[in-house]
This record gives sequence, structure tokens and C-alpha cells, in this order.
Amino acid sequence: MALSFGVVATDSGFPVYATVVMSFVAYAASAQFAAVALLAGGGGVAAAVLAAALVNARYVPMGFALGPSLRGSRLRRAVEGQAVVDSAWTMASRGDGTFDRTYLFGHSGIQYVAWVVGTAVGAFLPALDTRALGLDAVFPAFFVALLLSEVRDRRRLAVALLGSALTLLLVPFSPAGVPVLVASTAALIGLRRSRGAA
Amino acid sequence: MSAADAWLVVLLTAVATFVARAVGPLVAGDRALPAPVTRVVVMLASALLAALVVSSALADGNRLHVGADTVGVTVAGLLLWRRAPLPVAVVVAALVTALLRQVGVD
Repeated sequence: MALSFGVVATDSGFPVYATVVMSFVAYAASAQFAAVALLAGGGGVAAAVLAAALVNARYVPMGFALGPSLRGSRLRRAVEGQAVVDSAWTMASRGDGTFDRTYLFGHSGIQYVAWVVGTAVGAFLPALDTRALGLDAVFPAFFVALLLSEVRDRRRLAVALLGSALTLLLVPFSPAGVPVLVASTAALIGLRRSRGAA
Repeated sequence: MSAADAWLVVLLTAVATFVARAVGPLVAGDRALPAPVTRVVVMLASALLAALVVSSALADGNRLHVGADTVGVTVAGLLLWRRAPLPVAVVVAALVTALLRQVGVD
């Protein structure tokens, strides 16, 4: 995944060093893929960053859940919270509302190194004829993988379908980047109460 | 895409990510997020990723275009749904797309 981010980002016109630095300073696969895809598609800086921020919004409730399991001052806890990535957070959860802080740091730390190194290797690979090699299918294939890991219940499925439909409707009429951002309003389905699940 | 734009996106994405991860631990303990807000926020990733699948596999600028890459991505999606490993699905997506282009499908 890291390797592909490096390959695909640079092949879509993102500068090599910016690609590597992005993995180094952001460490957020879905958000990075989203930002690069929107910028490469002509959506502009604002749309790219907004999309990344919206993809990252899930870290806010994850951080709220994690907060009491961290240690030290508020500032230190905010820094410790930077270790949150989906897989580490999920596996560090003890299932009783508390988290294994040490496990979170270990899992996240190893993954961070792999993410940065993998990105660098992919970014420095020589440029290829992306269309002939079918590499333009790699970005969307990743989005499909991320989406499938995200859609765990019927409500998320409904949100995903509505988001897709909004995008399909808007693509022919709106500037690049706008359809994806408008599609995020599908998340408002979450306002409806569900039986038990949150 | 200009290099300056790319670097700006890198910087702002990093800041946005830092803030998203910092907010919870900074204020947790005092209060939880209101439940409806949490429910919307956890839905955001699904909405955005679905939109990104559609716009990256089906849209070509302002044109909706079903092409070789669309087929490749669909095959990858089926493989992933059948629990194929991610690297396999990604390679197959590129392979199918490349083969279709070889035989003249755009």
C-alpha cells in the first residue's frame, strides 16, 4: 500500500520529495490518497485539503474514546494521540472502553516506519507509462479496498451508495473536486437514530 | 498541478491530520462528543471513499467514461469482496486494465 502510494502519487504528477514528506508528516493513508487524487484531478488545493480533513474526521471520535487511556498533561496526550491509525486503534481497544497504550504505540510505530519507507521506495521508482501498464486503475482499486474495510453495516452501505450516486450526478456539471465534497453530505444519514449501533 | 500547490497540500493535510488526532485526547475526560455528531463523523469516510471510487474509476474530467480501468477496478473489487489480499487485487486491477488496452479497449 505504501509502495503504491509512492508510485501512484508521483506518476500522477506529485513531486517525488513532496510525496515522501507527505507520508512522513501526515501518516494518514486514506487522507493522502484522497488529497493527491483530488489535486491531480484538477480540484485545487482547497478541495484536496478539505477532502483530506473530512476523511480524517473519524479520528476525532476515535481520539475521544482513546483520551482517558493516555497519560500526562493534555498537551502530552494530544501528542500521544498522534499514534492513532485505524488498525492500531482497533487492535489496541480492549473492548471495555479502555485501550492498551503500549500496544498502540508499538503497532503504530512499526506501521509508520513501513509507511514512510514504502512511500519512498515507490516514489523513487522510475516513471512508467502509467496508462499502458494499467496503473491508473491502482488508485481506484485502493479506494475500493479502503471502502470495503469501512463499510461494516447497512447504514454505512447506504451512505456509500448515496455518496456514489451524488458523485455520478454531479460529475458532468461541476468542477473537479466538488462532487466528492458534496457526496460527503451523505454522512448526514448518521443523524438518524439507529437501533443500538452508533 | 504546480509544485507549490503540491507542497501546500502536503503542509495543510499534515496540519489537518494533526488537529484531528489531537482534539479528542486534548478534551476527552471532560465530555464526550454528542452522539449524533459521532454518528455523522463515523459515516464520513464511507461517503468520501465511495465518491472517490466513482470519480477515480468512472470520471474523466467532466465526462463519465467506462473504460479499461473501470473493468480493472471492478475485477479488483470483486476479488477484494471475496477476501483476496490487497496486493493481489491491485496487481490484477492493473493487469486487466493493461491487457484491455493492449487489445484496443480505451
